[in-house]
Amino acid sequence: MTFRRYLVLGVVAVTAPLGDTLLSAGMEKVGPVSINHLSLLIYAVRTPQILMGITLLIAFFASYLASLSWADLTYVLPATSIGNVIVALLARFWRHEQISPARWLGILLITAAVGFVAQGPSYTVTEKECATSELTPAGIAPGARRS
Amino acid sequence: MIAAIVVFATIGDVMIAAAMRSIGDLDDIKAARGLSGAILAVLGSARFVSGVFFMALSFFSLLFALSHADLSLVAPASASLTFVTNAVAAKIFLKENVDRRRWIAAVFVCAGVILMAH
Repeated sequence: MTFRRYLVLGVVAVTAPLGDTLLSAGMEKVGPVSINHLSLLIYAVRTPQILMGITLLIAFFASYLASLSWADLTYVLPATSIGNVIVALLARFWRHEQISPARWLGILLITAAVGFVAQGPSYTVTEKECATSELTPAGIAPGARRS
Repeated sequence: MIAAIVVFATIGDVMIAAAMRSIGDLDDIKAARGLSGAILAVLGSARFVSGVFFMALSFFSLLFALSHADLSLVAPASASLTFVTNAVAAKIFLKENVDRRRWIAAVFVCAGVILMAH
């Protein structure tokens, strides 16, 4: 795992909740959309917050796919959970919202989980990958991991 | 309803992860064939397209569930259960080495998401 790859995981963590928040803020500005006037949604896409939200969610999906190409699903998934923590911390320190003790405990558990996983290996090398690799990974058994 | 969200999301996540694993390291593909080559490699994968299809099914199941139940129930329940089912499915179908560390992390995230919903 290089610094650049940790950065990609950071993008995965941050862009999803920020994108969702911007979509929510944009739709709040647009107001309730009636089922008889769905064309209002097309107008809604043109609002700056919605456009930024869509851009961030595209960035999330691109970085999520990229990270899955060099790390296990169970390594990347905790990164998506840290987004909950980031949103909660932003709510507390930027918007001065109150966070209950239960929520702080939840933040602690998710942060601990991410730290736990991040310390371990990121990728499971399969037998097929071992066989088709140009290097001869001497002593690497199937199911072994590389970081 | 929550089971449908969880099952479709898990299938979608696992299919997309399997697709990305079979395509190979996107950094290498991008270096060899540029960004457009990397995008084409992803979009050309049948597993990727099926994964996106199942993610879409999960999304519509979520919308259906939200029309019958509160977000405060549906969101944490589906998010935390999906986390655990993803770990199980990754172990079985993707043959990932889900060690004790990752199982503990899955349980922690599950509990954390439920607590944060309060």
